[in-house]
Amino acid sequence: MKVNLRVWRQHDAVDKGRMVEYVVEDASEDMSFLELLDVLNEKLILSGEEPVAFDHDCREGICGTCSMVVDGHPHGPEKATTVCQLHMRKFNDGATITVEPFRAGAFPVIKDLVVDRGAFDKIIQAGGYISANTGSAPEAHSTPVPKANADRSFAAANCIGCGACVAACPNGSASLFLGAKLTHLGEMPQGQPERWERVVNMVETHDDAGFGGCTNTGACATACPKEIPLDVISQLNHDYLKATVGGRRKKA
Amino acid sequence: MSYSDYSEGTPVFDKAAPDGPIETRWERRKFSVKLVNPANKRKVKIIVVGTGLAGGAAAATLGEAGYHVTSFCYQDSPRRAHSIAAQGGINAAKNYRNDGDSVYRLFYDTVKGGDYRSRESNVHRLAEISRQIIDQCVAQGVPFAREYGGLLDTRSFGGVQVSRTFYARGQTGQQLLLGAYQALERQVNAGTVTMYPRHEMLELIVVEGRARGVVVRDMITGEIESHLADAVVLATGGYGNVFYLSTNAKGCNVTASWRAHRKGALFANPCFTQIHPTCIPVSGDHQSKLTLMSESLRNDGRVWVPKQIGDSRDPREIPHEERDYFLERKYPSFGNLVPRDVASRAAKEVCDEKRGVGPSGLGVYLDFDDAIQRLGRKAVEAKYGNLFEMYERITGENPYEVPMRIFPAVHYTMGGLWVDYDLQSTIPGLYVAGEANFSDHGANRLGASALMQGLSDGYFVLPVTIGDYLASNKLPEVAPDAPEVVEAEKAVTDRIESLLSINGSRTVDSFHRELGHIMWDYCGMERTEDGLRKALELIPELRREFWNNVKIPGTGAELNQSLEKAGRVADFLELGELMCLDALHRKESCGGHFRGESQTEDGEAQRDDENFSYAAAWEYTGRGSAPVLHKEELLFEYVHPTQRSYK
Ligand SMILES: Cc1cc2nc3c(=O)[nH]c(=O)nc-3n(C[C@H](O)[C@H](O)[C@H](O)COP(=O)(O)OP(=O)(O)OC[C@H]3O[C@@H](n4cnc5c(N)ncnc54)[C@H](O)[C@@H]3O)c2cc1C
Ligand code: SF4
Ligand code: FES
Repeated sequence: MKVNLRVWRQHDAVDKGRMVEYVVEDASEDMSFLELLDVLNEKLILSGEEPVAFDHDCREGICGTCSMVVDGHPHGPEKATTVCQLHMRKFNDGATITVEPFRAGAFPVIKDLVVDRGAFDKIIQAGGYISANTGSAPEAHSTPVPKANADRSFAAANCIGCGACVAACPNGSASLFLGAKLTHLGEMPQGQPERWERVVNMVETHDDAGFGGCTNTGACATACPKEIPLDVISQLNHDYLKATVGGRRKKA
Repeated sequence: MSYSDYSEGTPVFDKAAPDGPIETRWERRKFSVKLVNPANKRKVKIIVVGTGLAGGAAAATLGEAGYHVTSFCYQDSPRRAHSIAAQGGINAAKNYRNDGDSVYRLFYDTVKGGDYRSRESNVHRLAEISRQIIDQCVAQGVPFAREYGGLLDTRSFGGVQVSRTFYARGQTGQQLLLGAYQALERQVNAGTVTMYPRHEMLELIVVEGRARGVVVRDMITGEIESHLADAVVLATGGYGNVFYLSTNAKGCNVTASWRAHRKGALFANPCFTQIHPTCIPVSGDHQSKLTLMSESLRNDGRVWVPKQIGDSRDPREIPHEERDYFLERKYPSFGNLVPRDVASRAAKEVCDEKRGVGPSGLGVYLDFDDAIQRLGRKAVEAKYGNLFEMYERITGENPYEVPMRIFPAVHYTMGGLWVDYDLQSTIPGLYVAGEANFSDHGANRLGASALMQGLSDGYFVLPVTIGDYLASNKLPEVAPDAPEVVEAEKAVTDRIESLLSINGSRTVDSFHRELGHIMWDYCGMERTEDGLRKALELIPELRREFWNNVKIPGTGAELNQSLEKAGRVADFLELGELMCLDALHRKESCGGHFRGESQTEDGEAQRDDENFSYAAAWEYTGRGSAPVLHKEELLFEYVHPTQRSYK
């Protein structure tokens, strides 16, 4: 099949950037979207041009590295699918496809489709963990976890940290990402001692990193390739209020 | 002198393992280590390269202990290391099922599963530690699968008879890695760990015979930086991508290990690679990686091909009598559940007989029709729903209706840098953990044991043993402009410059694919003397062409993904040659290494304990120049070698 690509090219962080058009004549239905870019890049290299830089690693939808906006959708139009798992059979022969980087104030572009998502690591550093030094753990079965909590925790822990929620949000908020981590840890008995401290510190770091506020548009959950449910944001708000206004957070 | 005229050097010994009763060896080793004075720890610097289960766990734990840790990974965040992709689970001898499991049984299964080519002391320690790993991960909040009573669920995995595999749906690696990643970020916050993502290690710095630092490239600016320390840990994963197509993430590479090998670290059993039987077949030349379908599918799916050569009917129209359920036929007692190497080879055989299915003829059916009839579609969906969806997303076919097509793919590398019981390589001060070392799986790794080993090394072994080295040795500070540092940096910049100046007419990927084909054809599921000799001619030719004709656009002073790949492929082009030589010299079949010349009458692997009961540790002598073989004899005091049989 043949596809026309309009791809964002930007040499580095200071370059203004522009859309550039390419045609790939020999695409195949069985290719993944990233394999289409591979084919394009092989051609570009041989014709002496620089290939399109894009982030990727596992190519099976789990590492969260791949990140691009395809036809206006972070990770492309297919529901619950990362762009590395998006296949060309979902497009029509002759289609024109637009490819851009994830755009958000907190994710500056590094080159072409590659952005800096380091702010996510900072949010986790602020409290996205349970403090349990190696060797200090009690026997695993000493704390049973009701299956319902374990399952809800798992559903939230599923987040791959890709940033599509931020790219989809008109405010560039990372509330879905934040809520996912708070729900993962907050559903576990092990997560209780640090629960209130955690939410306040993570939210502060989120705001300082330049992410916007949440206005409940729900665009994040629609874009999320792991279908993180929107109710993790309610959990986030609930915990935050309890910690601050409710006075649960005890300053050390 | 040709590359294959290797010579044999002095044997290599594991001096670190205590002898005496195996159950107390680790206890005694822990007691004998010298301890670093807690007040001094923050003055001691440790570099950890890699943030997968092994490296992430090690850096976090060393940080908690108070050391000053510097950590590197090539991804944009430590959370994305390849460990994230592990699906099935992690073994631990908890015996929660009361089904007769024990540390000794896990030890026994692992030594046997490794086809008697691993070290008993290491494996026993791994089995002991397995239990603590689960405790640690639960304390961190890892959401393992649980039963209604709130206790942990387990399943059986990979042909063992006890249910000892802990799991988090099909995403166990992800959840364990996030646990380690979060512990690591906690230490970043505490100031004990400095994290450098998007930094690739390109050289090891060795001063007075000891590992004292690394040279890295900032992958965004292209800047070359040296980092110095008192000890260096490599936890940089496996080298399956030497085959180009594998289940590994695209960036997985051998560069860190290979750079250390070139500086004197012995590389052990490079030819021991694991080929996983249930992967989605190649769909065309554009294929960039292969996707694993969990092994658990073989619990209910039946593997078959048409009896008739050239039978191109729709599989649903082929009646049962005209199907060959070849695993059930050949291995009546284990059937579809034979170990990975056996299942992979059997699939290759039927494809060699031209009975393979799918457009390329390189595939076999994995059919759920009987399971759906027996259990109902709902039950099958509950068990495998997410895997079926993934399959459909990639192939466009619905496995509830049409049988899946699967084919073996390269998955894991048992070989790696040689380490002693303390995980120290032959370069003092250089420690190697996780898939990057060769230590615990012998010639074949059992399912759900790599995650266990990575976390055992990182959380529990290395933090103890590295302390012994640091407390026992005086390590004078290395000046940033010491000749060894300058030289290592220069080696890196020279290499980048020479790569960029070639400006030939072939892309890096085209070389990588060609190398992959050579490796798969001659050093894949079945190896023969003739094939390996052929590969040993082809690889150096390809390497020469690479260094004369590769084309890398752009410069070194920017984000340049072609340049990154070129450096990795250059190292694979050396490693591949060593793998073929190792496979050639090991004339026996064992585990994942099947030599066509060494099989039993009915086509099963034939081990040769008399001549090959050793780990082969190779010493580098220059690019393309014959290496030196150092043997580590393996002693089996507890588990006595027998021929594996799954009939
Ligand atoms: C698809 C798949 C499924 C699997 N399922 C299971 C399973 O169910 N159970 C099981 O036990 N095992 C499984 N395995 C095997 C297991 O996942 C791996 O063996 C294990 O995770 C390796 O961990 P590691 O820490 O050694 O390395 P990795 O997780 O590979 O980490 C390597 C790290 O090193 C860094 N790195 C590499 N080179 C450099 C360099 N030059 N400079 C800087 N950094 C570098 C990377 O950035 C990364 O952080 C699976 C493997 C695959 C491919
Ligand atoms: S919540 Fe969803 S979209 Fe956001 S980072 Fe996590 S997986 Fe990606
Ligand atoms: S490349 Fe890993 S999720 Fe897409």
